[in-house]
Parts: sequence; C-alpha cells; structure tokens
Amino acid sequence: MPRAKTKKAAPEEPAASEAGDDVVMNEPPESHQPAVEDANDEEDASMADQPAEEEEPVYEEEEDELRIRVLPGSTDHAASFEFLNEGHTLGNVLRYVIMKNPDVEFCAYAIPHPSEAKMNVRIQTYEGVTARQALEKGLRDVQDLCDIVTDKFLEARTEYSNKMSS
Amino acid sequence: MPRREPSEEEVERRKIVGINAETITDVSSTDYPGVYPGEDHSWDLDKIRRTLQIEFHHNEPLLASFSLIGADASIANAFRRIMIADVPTLAIETVYIDNNTSVIQDEVLAHRLGLIPFRGGREGLDKFMKWYKKPDNGGGGDDDANTGYFDYNTVALRLSVECTHNEAAAPGETDPTKLYHHAHVYAKDIVFEPIGRQDQYFSGEDAIAPVHPDILIAKLRPGQEIHCTMHMHKGVGSDHAKFSPVATASYRLMPTIDILRPIIGADAEKFAKCFPPGVIGLEKVTRKEAARQGSGYEGHEGELKAVVRDPMRDTVSRECLRHDEFKDKVKLGRRRDHFIYQVESTGQWDSDAIFLEAVAHLKEKARRLEKQLLEMGC
Repeated sequence: MPRAKTKKAAPEEPAASEAGDDVVMNEPPESHQPAVEDANDEEDASMADQPAEEEEPVYEEEEDELRIRVLPGSTDHAASFEFLNEGHTLGNVLRYVIMKNPDVEFCAYAIPHPSEAKMNVRIQTYEGVTARQALEKGLRDVQDLCDIVTDKFLEARTEYSNKMSS
Repeated sequence: MPRREPSEEEVERRKIVGINAETITDVSSTDYPGVYPGEDHSWDLDKIRRTLQIEFHHNEPLLASFSLIGADASIANAFRRIMIADVPTLAIETVYIDNNTSVIQDEVLAHRLGLIPFRGGREGLDKFMKWYKKPDNGGGGDDDANTGYFDYNTVALRLSVECTHNEAAAPGETDPTKLYHHAHVYAKDIVFEPIGRQDQYFSGEDAIAPVHPDILIAKLRPGQEIHCTMHMHKGVGSDHAKFSPVATASYRLMPTIDILRPIIGADAEKFAKCFPPGVIGLEKVTRKEAARQGSGYEGHEGELKAVVRDPMRDTVSRECLRHDEFKDKVKLGRRRDHFIYQVESTGQWDSDAIFLEAVAHLKEKARRLEKQLLEMGC
C-alpha cells in the first residue's frame, strides 16, 4: 500500500495526539461515515459528492455473477461443467456425492491449472438421467448432508456440555 | 443381480486402512454403487442420519476436539479447508502511519499489526459487519481515495505511543521497562475508535480488542514514537492467513490396533513401550483364559498380557512393527471414516462455532450454485 500524501483515511474525532506536535498530520481527518439515516443531519460538502452513499441495501443482495458453464462438446448424458472460483473444497465433495448416484456412470473433478480459479466436473450418466440432473441432485445432497452434520454436531455438543457440568 | 447386504464384519473390514511396516493398503473408499456386485451404496439420507456420529472430546473457546464418524474423507476435508480458508474474520488490513521513528520499519510494523487477532461482540461481527469492497474507481485520484468506508465495513483503531524517560526510576536501574515509559508497545495499547452504529454492537465487553493484550508489537527508546491509524476489514484465510479464524484445524484418522496373538510377559511390557502412554494396558492372564485350549495363554496364568486400552492416543509410529517378537502378532490400521478433528481458534470465534460456520458455508456454497444451475436454462 503506497503511502497516501493526503491522509483522509482516519475516521472522525481527530485523535487527541494530533493536537499540534505533528507538522504534517495536523489536518483533521475526514469522516467516511454516511450520516446515519436521519435527514436532519446536515452533510458537509465532502459527503455530498460521495456517490456510494445509499449503497447498503444493494450491497447486501448483490448476487454473484454466473459461475457455472457447460463446456463445449457436452451432450445430455456426458457433460463437463466449469465452476469459477471453486476449488478442491467443493470439487471433491461434489465428486463424492455424484458418484454415490447409481444413475451416474462416471464422475470426476479437475483443476486444469492452479493459476486459474476454475474447477471442472465431468459427469457421465446412464439412460434416464441427464448429467445436469445428476449435478443438481449432487448439489441438493450436499445441502442435506450439511443439515444432518449441523444437527448431529449441536446434539453432540449439548450432550458433552451436560456431561461436563454434571 | 440379486440384492445382497454385506455382513457387519465385512463392513467393518472395509473401513480399515492397513498400515504395515513399509506399506499401506486399502487407502481409497469403495462405498460407491457398482463397486460390490448386488450391494446398494447409493446416496441414502436416512442411512446417513442413522450412521453419522459426532462425539466431543474437548470443548473450550480456544480448543475443540471431536470425532466425525461415518463421513467420507472428501466431506471431512471440505470442512477442514473451509475452516482454514473460508470462515471470515476481522483483521487489520490497512495501516496509515503518521509517524514511526522506532527501529521497526513501517512495512514490518504494518505486517505485525495485521497478524494480531482481535475479538469483539459476536452479533456485531456476524450480522452488522459486512464485506468491504474496494470501489471500482479505486486509485482514480485523491477524491476517490476514501469512498466505500462505512461503519458496517470498516473498524478504525489507533495506536499512539511515545517513549519517554521515567524520572521515578531508581538510580542504576537497567531494566528498560522500568527506566522508560512505553519501552514496550503491546497489543493492548491499540485503541478502538467506534464510529457510527459500532457503539451499539461493540461496547463494554463486546468492544473490539486484541485477544491477547500482551502481544509485543515493538520496542522503543526515549524519543521514539509510533502514531498510526488502522482499518480493519472482514476477510478470509484464502486471501491472507491473518484472516484465518484458526491457528490449526486438522483431523487424523482413528488408529486401530489389533493384537492377533497373545503378547505375554516381558514382551507385553516391551510392546506397551512401543506406544505412547495409555494406549496399551497390561492385565493379568486369568485362570479361565489359561484353561482355554488354543487361546495361547495356556500355562501363563498370572502373567501380564498386553491389551489395547485407548487407540485414539496412538500416534501410529509403527515402532511395534520393527521388532521380530511381535511379528504376525499385531495389525495396525486406521478407520477410514473416523475423523478426529482438532480445531484451535485464534480467539475471534469460539472453536466449536468455527466448525458450525464451516458446515453452514458449504451448504450455502451448494445452495447458491444449485440456484444458478436452475436459473441457467438449457
């Protein structure tokens, strides 16, 4: 991080130590905080020209851009899916649950190159189920499994704390 | 193909990874449909609900240890990886140095500050604090340099120390901490400066503060000073290790030790010494055992025999496989589906909450991708 010449980064309430002994730094730092909702708070000029003002709600619900792609050459029963920004964490779990599906003939995952944040899942299915349906089921199964693990973990933790306190 | 159910012993046998003196066997799991003719290994939620177990061994804020039994390595590993790299914490990300005349260079000081773990009110950290996103026009001139900082994505801290002579020090004193004020700069010297709504979430007990107040940041001598402002943001361990909520999060497989033929007398004591304390116990051979033909205990009544007491404490050093007297008498292994987790928190999260968060994170990952897949169309 290069040293900024004009330091406006410090938040409001100029710190007491900046009272005067520092030659360069006695310019009071400006606030970055948006005025807290109530309109009667008059805003200074520097606040008014901040475009990012009312960003909060937008920020929250911002859905991530499409991260799955079907790779060329795929057919209904033999498809490769490319996941952006996923790695071994999800890849291996998906591979396992999809391989558990009896309608799946083959499933594997690969990270073609470590410098690209991409993860490919190859699925080949038997007649009756498409590769895409197998992937959908796989993603659902992972969620179901997580619910079970959470339940069991909470149960075990309660049991343990009861045991320790008694 | 007629339906078959594997026998219980067969199921148990398949779970064991064999550990020999120089080799290992049966490393990969085989619980997939089509591996064993006639057997059903398809995904079965009810079966998972019946067989999956979690057992706690230890649960303190900074250290949790528990067993996850009945899951595949891919799943156990995903939780471990998420705990290390994807569970978010708040850490110092930007340091604005006003003045630093100490012998620690600015960049080294900034790095040290970044690595200090902080704690704060849980509700504020979980619900109130959001991700800081660098504005798209970032770096486009001084006017834009400071946009995007809000009370819900930035926590400001201040460190302001000056080293001075201690006039009250005894003559001839040589200890710098007594001779000078602020000879040592500690994490506790960092002051939290709440802004906006941060007061509501981070006050009193819940204030943002270093987990360990006595972390030494720098040493000063009279005339030297450090003045800086710090900004904390939420981040994840995959970006920088300072954001990782765990010091370590690891698992190991449950060791198994099978004594196939009796190990008696002096051999038994030697056998016990091949393992960490508590793993192998020594018991007297009973009259009943000694009377049983073919048990291997005949005529050894009252002598000591080796029994497996607590295989979990074993480190699987394989020391016992180096001695000829135990040849063919013992079989070492590990349970492929029994993961003994050890989660050491850095203090911002409770250690057990980190695991729960990791599970929730994996679910959320899958949920989002499922949603995208459904919306993608064909």
